[in-house]
Amino acid sequence: MKLNKTILAAALSLLASGAALADITIGVSLPLTGPASGLGIPVNQQMKLWPASIGGEKIKLVILDDATDPTNGVKNAKRFVTEEKADIIIGSVATPVAMTIADVAAESKTVQLSLSPIPLAPGKDGWSFRMPQSNAVMAHAMLTLMKKQGVKTVGFLGYNDVYGESWLKDFSAEAAKSGIKIVGTERFARSDTSVTGQVLKLTAAKPDAMLIVASGSGAAMPHMAVVERGYKGKIYQTHAAASRDLMRVGGKAVEGAYVVSGPAVIAEQLPDSHPSKKIAIDFVQKYEAAYGPGSRNQFAGHGYDAELVLEKIVPVALKKAKPGTPEFRAALRDAMENIGRTVVAHGVLNWTKDDHWGYTNETGVMLKVVNGDWKVE
Amino acid sequence: MDFSIASILLLDGVTNGAIYALLGLATVLVFTVTRVIFIPQGEFAAYGALTLAILQTGKIPGTVWLLLILAVLAALMDGAAEWQRHRQAASALKAALKTLAIPAVVAGLTAWAAPLQMPLLVQALLSVCVVTAFGPLVYRVAFQSLADATPLVLLIVSVGVHFAMTGLGLLFFGAEGFRNPAFSDASVSLGDLAITGQAIIIIATSGALIVLLWLFFERSLYGKALRATAVNRLGARLMGISSQSAGQLTFAMAALIGALSGLLIGPTTTVFYDSGFLIGLKGFVAAVVAGLSSYPGALLGALFVGIVEAFASFWASAFKEVIVFTLILPVLLWRSLQGGHSDEDH
Repeated sequence: MKLNKTILAAALSLLASGAALADITIGVSLPLTGPASGLGIPVNQQMKLWPASIGGEKIKLVILDDATDPTNGVKNAKRFVTEEKADIIIGSVATPVAMTIADVAAESKTVQLSLSPIPLAPGKDGWSFRMPQSNAVMAHAMLTLMKKQGVKTVGFLGYNDVYGESWLKDFSAEAAKSGIKIVGTERFARSDTSVTGQVLKLTAAKPDAMLIVASGSGAAMPHMAVVERGYKGKIYQTHAAASRDLMRVGGKAVEGAYVVSGPAVIAEQLPDSHPSKKIAIDFVQKYEAAYGPGSRNQFAGHGYDAELVLEKIVPVALKKAKPGTPEFRAALRDAMENIGRTVVAHGVLNWTKDDHWGYTNETGVMLKVVNGDWKVE
Repeated sequence: MDFSIASILLLDGVTNGAIYALLGLATVLVFTVTRVIFIPQGEFAAYGALTLAILQTGKIPGTVWLLLILAVLAALMDGAAEWQRHRQAASALKAALKTLAIPAVVAGLTAWAAPLQMPLLVQALLSVCVVTAFGPLVYRVAFQSLADATPLVLLIVSVGVHFAMTGLGLLFFGAEGFRNPAFSDASVSLGDLAITGQAIIIIATSGALIVLLWLFFERSLYGKALRATAVNRLGARLMGISSQSAGQLTFAMAALIGALSGLLIGPTTTVFYDSGFLIGLKGFVAAVVAGLSSYPGALLGALFVGIVEAFASFWASAFKEVIVFTLILPVLLWRSLQGGHSDEDH
């Protein structure tokens, strides 16, 4: 019924004015229900704060729920490209869903702004661009600090899943460049009751620093086990652990931990030299004005950044073609690949033809846990 | 690998093994009495730990509402069954109230105590009560009307219950994990080996529970009735043992054991809404080692699983789970080659 009304309204507006034809249609697929709803809902809230027009052209946001289900993601994406004639697709926040949308995007030659770091091989991601930072960019920030601290050897304790694996790959590559050696690689699962064995083996190798690759509250248990074993070196955590859950669960044991983070959520604390400071503060203030103090989060930040990107590329593409045409979609992609250095709340973007990850090494920020709070290092 | 590392790993293995032993024993108990392969056994452990964690924050845990909903559902089922039998409103109402009474009291007490920030031990006791009350209700709602179905049907229902409980756990406790405060901060040093108070509590509690279970089955009338039901359901019914109350008692005990093991692991690791499954599964492996029928066998199996896990995590942490669960294959092979079903097998 609601769908019928939308179609009716769309048809009426088409009849009413020719200008409506030129509206820019943006299809958004988000997990508003299901396991990843905690990630999708903030993006939806951020999109409610979007302006009504971008680059002087009215925008039409079509937001559909994919329920964290890849099948629904495909259905939504197909509907965007066939029924809605979308000029651009945004979503999803959940990786498996975003992966299936990438296929539809490539098939229909529509630009996809993925809000999840989807691991597609170069060449496969011709129409997909990622809004979150890659692990390699984060590893760079971490290694810069390690080098400064004189760390030579690192013990790796990570999840035995995609996250752990991709960190190991990206971190090893970056570490080799900096002359830092990985002396031990151990794995664990989030639901493990103990990591005693892994920690014993790692501490026996006596690394200068320990890198723990885990997410949210799951990052606390291995950290506590390392401390409990009497390890005196520095302990590093990844950006998936950069949430207050680390301190809530870890308490005193995580004191002094080094955690890499994107700049958006720690806006006020950023050093003045960080390029994202002004924009990140703008994002945080607007979002918290609408949804209450402390409501900021990484995912709403991606929603904010997506709008900044559109503001930049839409005017460029509009010069070449009219919205709703394949030429316009191609022009959007060209504009994306030649976007140049663009500062967003989550860092500094620079997509090129060969790099659809895009963040530059200015992006990552190192935090230290001091008295149960973050301090920029 | 030197002696000190081996002894630390051994202690770690025995501590985890003690938890698996409890869950394994509960699995054996449920299977012998009701023929249900109870997959969600670990969920009771996660519910126990997380209920305590929420109580610690001074909020009312979602499990309290779930308990009430389940109790109303079970009461309606009991009332309806009674009505069909006797067509008397009074007796139907009485049956329904009887089912509703205990869970309602437990839920009310917990909801009342939640904001008062009681001492840790009182909160732990409340968590155990809440989760234990789940046991009979889960049996009543999911399994009782299927009591005579084949083990395969019961297994499928049990998988369904597992998914329902995990999903509800996500709803009530959220996606992030909790770690409970330790019951004891004490620590004993033996050379390189530091034995924490929590490890001692885990091993001692498991040992005590196992002895209590043994006494219960050997000495008490209820225990003997359960054993009788396990050996021969029809015979036990002819002797006046209600298989329904045997089932409910069994599930209450399984939930109690689950909740206790949840409280025991809560302070040593971060418990998530879905942590219970893997822990329960290792308990299940221990139970399978024992052929789902022998309590001492399950105990040995659990210690074996725990120790293998500890050493596997040292030597090949990436393959730890693979090693633990592959263990079940040679054991099953050995058991099937050995043939010969014992009297208590079904």
